[in-house]
Amino acid sequence: MLILVITSTGLDLAAQGDIKLPADFAADVVGKGIGRARHLAVNSNGDIYIKLERLRNGKGIIRLRDKDGDGKIDDTTGFGNYGGTGIAIKNGYLYASSNTDVYRYKLNNNEPDTANRETVVTGLVDKGQHNSKSIALDNAGNIYVNIGAPSNVCQAQDRATGAPGQDPCPILEYAGGVWQFKADQKNQSYPQGIRYVTGTRNVVGLDWNNETNTLFVMQHGRDGLTDYHFYPDSLSVELPAEEMLEAKQAGANFGWPYCFYNQIEGKKVLNPEYGGDAKKTGRCDGVLPPVAAYPGHMAPNGLLFYTGNKFPAKYKNGAFIAFHGSWNRAPLNQKGFFVVFQPFKDGKPNGEYEIFASGFAGRENITNPNQAMYRPCGLAQGSDGSLYVSDDAKGMVWKINFTGK
Amino acid sequence: MKMKRLLLSSLILLPCLLCAQTKKTVTKSTAATKTTSTITLKSSIDRGKIVYGTYCLACHQADGSGVPRMNPPLIKTSWVLGSKTVLVEQVLKGSANKVEIDGEKFLGAMPPQPQLTDQQIADVLTFVRNSFGNKASIVTPAEVKAIRAKTK
Repeated sequence: MLILVITSTGLDLAAQGDIKLPADFAADVVGKGIGRARHLAVNSNGDIYIKLERLRNGKGIIRLRDKDGDGKIDDTTGFGNYGGTGIAIKNGYLYASSNTDVYRYKLNNNEPDTANRETVVTGLVDKGQHNSKSIALDNAGNIYVNIGAPSNVCQAQDRATGAPGQDPCPILEYAGGVWQFKADQKNQSYPQGIRYVTGTRNVVGLDWNNETNTLFVMQHGRDGLTDYHFYPDSLSVELPAEEMLEAKQAGANFGWPYCFYNQIEGKKVLNPEYGGDAKKTGRCDGVLPPVAAYPGHMAPNGLLFYTGNKFPAKYKNGAFIAFHGSWNRAPLNQKGFFVVFQPFKDGKPNGEYEIFASGFAGRENITNPNQAMYRPCGLAQGSDGSLYVSDDAKGMVWKINFTGK
Repeated sequence: MKMKRLLLSSLILLPCLLCAQTKKTVTKSTAATKTTSTITLKSSIDRGKIVYGTYCLACHQADGSGVPRMNPPLIKTSWVLGSKTVLVEQVLKGSANKVEIDGEKFLGAMPPQPQLTDQQIADVLTFVRNSFGNKASIVTPAEVKAIRAKTK
């Protein structure tokens, strides 16, 4: 009954931050109008750190704190004079990235030592396109940094109609992958890093899975396959799949720019810029397939393995994925703008994903992304087992709790 | 406006009754030109809309609003309403990382579209400059041709 009410007055409620959740879950808006809230991290004391893509009042990181413990944010501060996407907390340090560097701040009694900011990684490529340097940390002292390819499919002139792809693709030397660095060393750059993952076009959401002890990344698939008319447009816009990839070891190669994952065929196939026809596999034979695939262009921007105990047991060690929402699915409506749950069993995706949180767009039938009120981007887990979601359109932050028994 | 124009014509015409015949012809042909140019604008917009749907819509969207942070909007921006040369060059050569509107950088790469004919580029730019709330002068194939010649 309550759900019906929400649907009928969707727009007004959406303006207040109402989102749709499964039964026995409830969301509180803990941040509003914060700015371009990309990723976020929650400290053990409940402080929420949000990385802004663009500076707001000169600050690139916003901290929300509930000082008196009444469940409401009553202290908002900011620091960091750089925009970016990545943010994480590990072993008493807050890590945050600009579009070229990764910094860290020691947390002294839960206060980041902003006067003694350390540069962990510097000088990563930023050519505009796909420049988010998302980060994740493992339990062995390493930090993983995505370096997205400043390109669609490595053509000499990006996105030029009918132009062949460069072979070998020179971008793979410095981007189109995830690099591993030491989490506690200063001023590292390419020479000190390891190209841990290669052949990923752009990754925004990534997370370390503590159960499998491996890195999982969400790839944003290529654009423009509809131009080749391999299938009717309504089918082509679903291609290629957005992929969940597991890097079991250093050197994992997922095939970009030579290959794309054709979920209709269920395999990695050659890109047309490299002689492919959506069916031929060629050099893509043996390229690692995704562990799970999702409809095209939904833009998975956040990935979080849920390790808490507050949600029902089925969520434990499963993955939440924040889909930012598509822009290039015309003539169909755009898709995404929600958070899904991907069930896992024994460290592997198990069964179909289910929509966990939706209604962010504030309306149905989105034809262009500007119509979406909110766009989910980052995910974080609180030490109490709650789930946080950030939005980089209006700067909302939600805290989702399980209210059932 | 109409009254003013009539008055103005009368003022010019009155002292020149002798050359009335000539004047009449001139007036007629001006009207004809005007009608022709209205038709030209409309048909150019109609053709341009088809070109837009094929080559531009996927990124710039059906309503010209673009994609936040990626593909620039085409609504009342100085790019769209301003220099035709810049606009035509943008279509011919594409661009990446160049467009900034109100402090917002648009990071998507626009593919070059040199394969489009002068007529197609003129039509699509005329469509864009007269859609989505925009009102600006038409772009002619001759203008595109001249800019293309210099761009090479």
